[in-house]
Amino acid sequence: MAVGKEIRSQIGSIKNTQKITSAMQMVAASKMRRAQDRMAASHPYASQIRKVVSHIAGATPEYTHTYMEERDVKRVGYIIVSSDRGLCGGLNINLFKAALKDIMDWQGKGAEIDVCAIGSKAGAFFRRYGGNLVAAKSGLGDSPKASDLVGSVKVMLDAYEEGKIDRLFVVYNEFINTMTQKPLVQQLLPLEAEAAEEDQSKVTGWDYLYEPDAKYLLDNLLIRYIESQVYQAVVENIACEQSARMVAMKSATDNAGNFIDELQLVYNKARQAAITQEIAEIVGGAAAI
Amino acid sequence: MAMTLHCNIVSAEKKLFDGRAEIVVASGVQGELGILPGHTPLLTELKPGTIKVKKQGGEEELIYVSSGFLEVQPDTVTVLADSAERADNIDEAAAKEAMEAAQRAMQDQTAEMEYAQAAAMLAQAAAQLQTIQQLRKKLGK
Repeated sequence: MAVGKEIRSQIGSIKNTQKITSAMQMVAASKMRRAQDRMAASHPYASQIRKVVSHIAGATPEYTHTYMEERDVKRVGYIIVSSDRGLCGGLNINLFKAALKDIMDWQGKGAEIDVCAIGSKAGAFFRRYGGNLVAAKSGLGDSPKASDLVGSVKVMLDAYEEGKIDRLFVVYNEFINTMTQKPLVQQLLPLEAEAAEEDQSKVTGWDYLYEPDAKYLLDNLLIRYIESQVYQAVVENIACEQSARMVAMKSATDNAGNFIDELQLVYNKARQAAITQEIAEIVGGAAAI
Repeated sequence: MAMTLHCNIVSAEKKLFDGRAEIVVASGVQGELGILPGHTPLLTELKPGTIKVKKQGGEEELIYVSSGFLEVQPDTVTVLADSAERADNIDEAAAKEAMEAAQRAMQDQTAEMEYAQAAAMLAQAAAQLQTIQQLRKKLGK
């Protein structure tokens, strides 16, 4: 029957799309579980080292590391952690919006901006936006290693040590639950003493005993700290990416289903109208004879 | 009841211990450290070795760490280990094998760098074995 050929082919093509989106949803769901496990596994270390470092920042050490000095802000560095692939809803765009808002604030205060982009989406965005992209890293895959990140993190740390940047932030999506991810701008350098530690912040002027010596320990510990924070940001962002993709693909699959239902209705109506008309014509023809 | 402090032992992969302890004994780069509640703030690097945690009530737990940092606050001890393993999870055969491999590598030393690596490996394997022996002794075997 010639009726509704276009509608039928449209339904067919939407069905194909629906197959793809539902497959992507299932893939994302299984990857999400693994990404969440990975995030949970490295979380204790990242949070403990942050606690230790905030103690150090609150202490008055004999040796002041460059990472602990507050300097006038002339240039701000950002490590922006995004996904490598798209089709994950508004995840990356929301992140870039939050980052840009923070960047604008600093630019308003007369600071210049350096960006280190992790993930190809951030690289592409900031190349287009016209930010000063000093380092980029992409293609980390689903299970990144801390060693993969060392290079691009080192670019920013070196810049900080040489005084090229005076502040360093990391921007990533915080995983709240499967449905919610929140863009987060976290200051890495200079180190911040944790305000929540009310009992210890009152005691000022204390210092650690260091074994073997303060410089050696702080140098090593602080680099480890930055690396673990960036690694945690990347792992958390991957968990966010997979769950955002799963949710986005689920709603795409549902939308395709609704669309198919509507088109099916239109198609059925057209077909029925054609049949009715044909019968009417036959009946009319028979009456004329 | 004995005074206790809070002890946290985490490695890059997982959390190994989180709870109250009466005393924590660890091997720092400059020697063994025994930490009791009220210890002055201290920061040290750890060498491969065993961390002994005497839990509230007297039960002991042995944890092997390859290296890392130890932070002491008056009422908390935090161990940031590069890699750590509970004593009962260490594979003795694997540790012995690693030790022999390290010794072999040290004997046919070709470059300075490799020697340093082999020495580090040997220290780790030896510390693992020592942890197992301590665990054995504890269990009275």
